[in-house]
Amino acid sequence: MKWHVLRPLWVAIGLVGAILVAQLFLVPDDFGVHGRNFTYGYHRLSNIQEWKDFPVKYQGREACVECHEENVQKVNASTHEPVECENCHGPSVNHPDDVEFLPLDTTRQLCLRCHAFLEYPNSARAALLSVEDRRHKRRKECVECHNPHDPKEDMR
Amino acid sequence: MSCSRREFLKEAVGSTLASVLPLSAFTFLTTEEARAAVADSNVRWAFLVDTTKCVGCGLCVDACKNENEIPYDAEVTRTWVERYVVTKDGKTHIDSPMGGRDGFTSMEIDGEEIDPENIDKAFFVPKLCNQCDNPACVQVCPVGATYQTHDGVVLVDQDWCIGCGYCIMACPYGVRFFHPVHKVADKCNFCYHRISKGMEPACVECCSFGARRIANLKDPDDPVTKIITTERVAVLKDEYGTKPHVFYLGLDANVR
Repeated sequence: MKWHVLRPLWVAIGLVGAILVAQLFLVPDDFGVHGRNFTYGYHRLSNIQEWKDFPVKYQGREACVECHEENVQKVNASTHEPVECENCHGPSVNHPDDVEFLPLDTTRQLCLRCHAFLEYPNSARAALLSVEDRRHKRRKECVECHNPHDPKEDMR
Repeated sequence: MSCSRREFLKEAVGSTLASVLPLSAFTFLTTEEARAAVADSNVRWAFLVDTTKCVGCGLCVDACKNENEIPYDAEVTRTWVERYVVTKDGKTHIDSPMGGRDGFTSMEIDGEEIDPENIDKAFFVPKLCNQCDNPACVQVCPVGATYQTHDGVVLVDQDWCIGCGYCIMACPYGVRFFHPVHKVADKCNFCYHRISKGMEPACVECCSFGARRIANLKDPDDPVTKIITTERVAVLKDEYGTKPHVFYLGLDANVR
């Protein structure tokens, strides 16, 4: 039958067929409904494992105490006990295997995150011991006088 | 061709059944397959934010960026801290410079110095992905690159995402962003690599004030689950029907 409508129809059918064949090769085998239903669980199953394998950087105090017991004990006995080691010392990643030195932050800016005076009534911030940045020893770093491992210790 | 009424009805019912029942309804599942199909996780991750404890140090944002390899100086972040200052004239001043990454160290908000005498109340609100039970971002994904796991966390498949940005638009909480390096959608996943190993998310571990905590809602003995189930908690934008799973203690009406 020679009918001009059929020609584009064959092209369309061919295209759909080509896409279906390409899909066979391009879509991973584990792609499908794995969660609750199609709406929320249509995905590549192996991606869950890929996210689980993402490298951990912050190892926590338990990792630090293995070698630096003295320092950890000192902090634990001080008012800075709630502060994680890695907040100032940086994420340990694979320390000490690959990463030998951690990027220790001893800047005034780090201390000011908690200890800059903000006059906020009823805020938890107001309960912290704080200084006014522009009035308190502007030219000095905090660690020159205060020991972050034991803030109550007199270093002068 | 003749056809009796009985025969006609038989044919009609038969063909209707054949057309509505998909062939897959007749497949036999092995025991393992059947078990997997109805399997339910004994974990449902949720988060508790105590806004009364947050001091706005921003160390959670800093830790999140380092842990999850989010470009440090790009204006994108998986979690952020907002500052709310409500003044006596009824205005609410809100800011979150760089997502609060460097903490809040001055009284200045958007170049405006606010007189402390004028402040009624001021507080900090950490925000992150709500891992909704009905995630709008997942519904709109045209390629199946984002999905909800059995334990309730919404993940993004970075290899499969085409970066169309529908999910970024769909999220009512604005937690999704375009990752400037991978060129795909990105968002907080409660540090899935950490919680699945029994660790706490980086922001929880680095919070010195206990303002951020992670919970397994399906474990009735979990201390944080007990707080969520027994104390007065609120969620953000409940009216959207997304069933968010980040719960807030001490949430103010000014928080949007």
